Formats: sequence, C-alpha cells, structure tokens
Amino acid sequence: MTPAKPETATIQTISPAPKAKRMSGAQMVMEALAEQGVDTIYGSPCGAVLPIYDALHQQKKVKHVLVRHEQGAGHAAEGYARSTGKVGVCLVTSGPGATNTVTALTDALLDSIPMVCISGQVPTFLIGTDAFQEADTTGITRACTKHNYLVKNIADLPNIIHEAFHVARSGRPGPVLIDLPKDIQFAEGDYIQKDNAPIHFYQPRTEPDMDLIETAVEMIANAKRPVFYTGGGIINAGENASKALTKLVRDTGIPITSTLMGLGAYPASDKQWLGMLGMHGTYEANWAMHDCDVMICIGARFDDRVTGKLSAFSPHSKKIHIDIDPSSINKNVHVDLGIVADAGKACEALHQVWKARGFKLDKPAMQNWWKQIEAWRSVKCLSYKNSNDVIKPQYALEKLRDAIAKDGRDTFISTEVGQHQMWAAQFLPFDKPNRWLTSGGLGTMGYGLPAAIGAQMAHPDALCIDVAGEASILMNIQEMTTAVQYKLPIKIFILNNQWMGMVRQWQELLHGERYSQSYSESLPDFVKLAEAYGGVGLRARTPAELDDVIDQMMKTDKVTIVDVCVDQKENCFPMIPSGKAHNEMILSADPSQYDKKLV
Amino acid sequence: MVRKKKFIEQSVYGTGPAEIQAQSHTLSILVDNEPGVLARVIGLFSGRGYNIESLTVAETDDVNNLSRVTVICSGTPMVIEQIKHQLDRLIPIHRVTDLTLEGAHVERELALVKVNSQGEKRIEALRTADVFRARVVDSTHESYVFEVTGSSAKVDAFIDLMRGLGMIDVSRTGVAAMSRGAKAI
Ligand SMILES: Cc1ncc(C[n+]2csc(CCOP(=O)(O)OP(=O)(O)O)c2C)c(N)n1
Ligand SMILES: [Mg+2]
Repeated sequence: MTPAKPETATIQTISPAPKAKRMSGAQMVMEALAEQGVDTIYGSPCGAVLPIYDALHQQKKVKHVLVRHEQGAGHAAEGYARSTGKVGVCLVTSGPGATNTVTALTDALLDSIPMVCISGQVPTFLIGTDAFQEADTTGITRACTKHNYLVKNIADLPNIIHEAFHVARSGRPGPVLIDLPKDIQFAEGDYIQKDNAPIHFYQPRTEPDMDLIETAVEMIANAKRPVFYTGGGIINAGENASKALTKLVRDTGIPITSTLMGLGAYPASDKQWLGMLGMHGTYEANWAMHDCDVMICIGARFDDRVTGKLSAFSPHSKKIHIDIDPSSINKNVHVDLGIVADAGKACEALHQVWKARGFKLDKPAMQNWWKQIEAWRSVKCLSYKNSNDVIKPQYALEKLRDAIAKDGRDTFISTEVGQHQMWAAQFLPFDKPNRWLTSGGLGTMGYGLPAAIGAQMAHPDALCIDVAGEASILMNIQEMTTAVQYKLPIKIFILNNQWMGMVRQWQELLHGERYSQSYSESLPDFVKLAEAYGGVGLRARTPAELDDVIDQMMKTDKVTIVDVCVDQKENCFPMIPSGKAHNEMILSADPSQYDKKLV
Repeated sequence: MVRKKKFIEQSVYGTGPAEIQAQSHTLSILVDNEPGVLARVIGLFSGRGYNIESLTVAETDDVNNLSRVTVICSGTPMVIEQIKHQLDRLIPIHRVTDLTLEGAHVERELALVKVNSQGEKRIEALRTADVFRARVVDSTHESYVFEVTGSSAKVDAFIDLMRGLGMIDVSRTGVAAMSRGAKAI
C-alpha cells in the first residue's frame, strides 16, 4: 500500500544557492574593492591595467586619484591607511609602474601599514618571455611585502582579493601585492562575495594569555621606577587601544614615552607624558628608560634608533614586551616576559586585572621617581637659542603649533625625512592617534606630500600639513599636480635650510666638518614653483614675517607651499650619538657641550 | 684596529653583538604547496643572513596540497628563535616545528654516488658499499652508481671512502627528519 502522495510535503524547498554573478576579472577587482569598504584608490593607468581602469570608469562606488608617480600612489595609500585605520589601496601598471611602488611597499612593511597594491602584469602566456613592460613583480616584491600573489586563474581571483585584505589588516598589518595578468583581467568567471570566501588559516592570536597578564600586573605593582614604552602597535590596534592605554597609564600613574611611530596614542598634553624617546628623544624619556626598574613595552620593537647601544640599554630593568608579532619579542633585546597579543586587548586586560586586584604602586617610591623625572625635565632639553634676525626651525614649529591650536580644525601632520621631521616630532603635540604620518622605519624622503594627499582625501575638512625639508620635498614634488587636480588644500611647510640638514649634522659631528655633497647649490624658487603648479606660494625670511605668513597659509583653499627660510646651521638636539647609551646623550646646541674629540 | 675603533665611533649602528656559539637545529615546516613558497623560505634565509646547512622539500599531502620542508640551520639560540618566528610569519606556512628541541628524532639522507674505476679499486668499492649497506642502482663495465641512506655522518663517511676509489659524481637529497614516538608534527 502506497501512502497517498502528499501534495506538496515532499517537494523540498531548498532555497537555490545564490547564483554567482558572472563578470570579468577587472569587474571582480572593482566589486571586491567596494565590498571590502574601499572608497578611494590611488594609481596611474597604462597597458597592463587598462581593463581594470575600464571597469573603474563604469562604476561609482570607488573613487580614483590619479597620481603622477607610482611611488606617490603607494605613499598616498599609506597616508589614507594611517589617517583612517583602513586598508589603503593603490593600482599600478606592470613593469615600471610596479617597480616604482617598491619604495612605498617597503615603507609600509617597515611601518606595519595595511595596504593592498594591485599591479597589472603581461598576459600569462607572455610571462617569462621578457615581454614589453614585463617585470618579475612578485619576485621583486617578495622581500618588501607581507605577502604577494600572482593570479594565474580567474577562478582564484575573488578569493585572492578577499584574502589579500584579510592578510593586510590581520595580525601585524602590512602591504600585500596582487599581480594580475591582463588576460585574467579580461577572463570571465564567477564572482565570490566576501562573506562566501573561504576562511584562511592565517588567524594571528590577538587575545592575551591571562596568566601572563597577571604576572605582568604583579611585576608592575612591585615596581619602584616603572615606565611605559609604547609604539605604532597601539595606533594600529585602533582608537580604542589608545583609549585603553590612556586609562591604564592614568590609573597606574606611571610615566609614559613612545617611539616616533607611536606619537598621539597617548595625549602629549598630559603630565605623565615624557615626550618621544630614542636618538632625538627627550632627556627625561631616555633617562627614564635607562634608569627604570620595570619597562612595559607595548607595540614597539626595540629598534636600534630607540635602544642606542644595546649592551647599555636599560641595564637594571625587568622588561615586559607585548606585541602582536611573536618575532618581535626577543629579537633585539632579551625580555623577562613576552606576551603575544593585540595591543588594545592587552591594555584592556592589564587595566582590568590592575583594578580587580586593587593594586597600588608604592607611594614613596613613585614620589621619588617622579621627583627624579621632574629633575630631568627641568633640564629643558628642547630649549634652543632664539634669534631676532633669522628664523630658528624650532621657532617656526612653535608658531605652527600655536596656529594649529588656534585654528581648531582636526589636524593631520605628515613629514618628509631629516632634521625637520625630528623637530616636528619634538615640537608638535599630538593628542590623538592617526594624526601623525611619518616614515619611521624606512625613513623615506618624499613620503610627506603624497601621504598628505591620502590623508586629505580621507578627511576633506581637516587641516593637512606636510612639514618638509627643501631636499625631501623635491623627491615627490610632482604630486603638487595631484593636489591641484583634486583641490586639496594641503599646506607644505618647508623648513628650508638649503642643506640636507640631517646629513650635514652628522658630517659636522662625526666626519670632521667635511660637508661632502650635502649642500644644495641650486634650489627652485619654491614660491614660483607653487604658482607654476597652480597652487599658492608664500615665503617667510625673518621671524617678524612668520606670523603673517602662517596666518595666510591657514586661510588658503589650494595646495600651498610655505618657504620658511631657516637658520642653515641649526642642529637637532638632544642626540644620542653613534653607539652610545641613553645616558650619554648630547644635550645642547651649544658646541662646547659636545665632544668633538669623537671625530 | 684603529679603523675598527673609528667605525664604532662614526657609525650610527655601533658594534655588533659578541660572538656566541652557534648551534644546529632541524626544523620541520608544513607549507601550502604553491608556486613561490620555496622562494619565500630561501629568500627569508638569505635576506636576513641566516645560515642553511640542508634543505629538502616535497609534497607530502596531495589531498590538502601540503609540502613538508626540512631545514637544518645554525645560529645562536636567539637567532634560531628568530628564524622560527620569521618562518611562522610567512602566510603560506602552516606550522614550524623544531625537532631538535622537541626531543628525540630521526634524520635520514640519501645519496647517489658514481664511481668510475677498474680492477682492485672496483672490487674495493663494491666491498665498501656492502659494509655501508649501499645498493648498486646502475652499473657498466667501468662504473657503478651506489645508493646509500643513513644519517648525514654515515653518508659523509661513505663519500670520503669512495673519493679514493674513483668517485666522480655525488648527488645528495639533504636531510629528511621526523620525531620519534607516536606523535605527528
Ligand atoms: C629616499 C632617501 N634618500 C636619502 C635619504 C638619506 N637622508 C636622510 S635625511 C637627508 C637629508 C634631508 O634633507 P632635507 O629634506 O632638506 O631635510 P633637513 O634635514 O634639512 O631638515 C637624506 C639625504 C633618505 N632618508 N631617503
Ligand atoms: Mg634641508
């Protein structure tokens, strides 16, 4: 007996698998970028990426900024990433387009900036034949990316793009390159949405081991001279990490210093802030590092510019190192306690345990420690001898600082590389994360202008200033045109000393005042140059002119170059000379104070 | 010496660390079997100045598309720790195991050794091969190709002996290694 067939019950109503959208590889790129939340990309077209540029032209979600040199695209993507915390994206052609990005990729790798670079490549069937504009891009960039891909099959493309974003932003962030042959850009395939893409096994640990956190908190609680030493890891861990750090530092009452990369994670206006540490760091920060008994390093990596002479680095301290990258722990300096974790989660955990267990630091010991720190502070290591006739670079930055404070707009500062960069780090206060964009690890001259472009694109109403040197700015000056095209009112504040000042300083101090090739015998007229590009040019020759010029600069609605003619011979102090320890720093610009016998 | 002193004072990098005794470690690495993985591993060693003493790689899991790389590298304990962490950072690497630290493990290497000799030497080569449990895998009137397996020290010893017996060619695989006992990596 067969049961009566129910009318509908056996008809299974499986909702059909979402029908994959068919599209070309080039369209997949645009689709995936939009899905990954990218609103702006930076690049320059040519043969091997034309299909992508065609797809770009036919959509509205992703904006494109046409740069004048692919290095500029890379740094602009970095500026965008650092000022927003999102992944920066650049799009370049094969061969020279790709090789031009190598400096920017290396820069992003060393500073742990999340970035995806899509490069065109000759068609798969021409790879290896020395075709026109062919370069072994994945080979060249293997050492300067966190990871890279050569896409050989259209079926792999959507997953690779989603994976690239995942890799770029997870763990210790970094640049990822996708090399995309032209035939794959044309090929049709099934698009896979972000949420349907397979989950990659690369899932770095972010949660701290709570037992280790307890140990760390106990070490801190027993300290008599503790110091926090933080870095770019806090910034990379997001705004909440800065908040968690600030709470932790305030509630423990411990002094804090940070690396060049970490400026802004803790408010510089706070009284527990010691200023930046390292080669050109403050006296109080470096001495505190040297004399502390417990060092809590979070999201920094004991770089040689921070430690000085390794064997004399903070000789009496127990060291706690919290980093998301296990390879950073015990790399340069042996630490007593290493914790692998996201900087923000670690700060929260430390704070929570500190509160839960009701710890308080030894009050008399801390009073002594702060008394000592105040004594170091009273040295006023950043003081300089001002002048009525010639603009001191430090004075110019103090004026800039005051103008920014008065202006009140949200402000993003980028820099080039040299003395001006160090002075900017010393003299401009950063109270919030993501506002300070500087090439720390690689020290790339030419970084500041394109980085400011990325920041200004992401924050159209903000004040974006590139503190520059006259030598550095010339390394990517072509991006002035980009700034004009997109109506970006970036201010380029050149501390023009006519020298490669940082080079000159070392030659003076370490090479017997033999100034080999560090003077720029010819320089452009920066005012005319700005005007030639379609921007505004201003110049300040004397301290008296400075206020007015800065005033004008603040009001311009176009890219503006301010040529500040500063003292040619000013040196950047304090300075820890070569191979010396934190407690052997040269303090003052007074030549009698530094030891010329060094040479 | 004077120059060294000058270097120390002028260079912003200071001096290098004091020499510490280097140790050899055998690492087993599970990687995605995809183009470029080996280049990444080798590039990491050359780029960061680490020493490789031996390297072997082949696909070991064709279902999950995994290869196993065995590396013998040398360095101070801090450098070895760095090598492992740096390898672990490479995206296509699933797992890095330090067999030297994990405890007892076996290491085996295979070599092909071609000997070209006549008369007494030819017979002596065959006798020596027998002692080393090497197999003849090819022979002509003038030559033998021996296949020998064992620890690297045994292969070294065999090659040393064959050198005097007309050896004209050697090909070694490098070390394959595995932990003893019931656990997989
Ligand atoms: C691309 C690049 N090339 C060379 C250097 C080496 N370098 C570091 S600072 C510097 C001089 C920078 O001069 P300038 O931009 O005028 O800045 P100043 O030190 O005078 O403030 C040079 C050449 C570098 N950091 N980056
Ligand atoms: Mg200069």
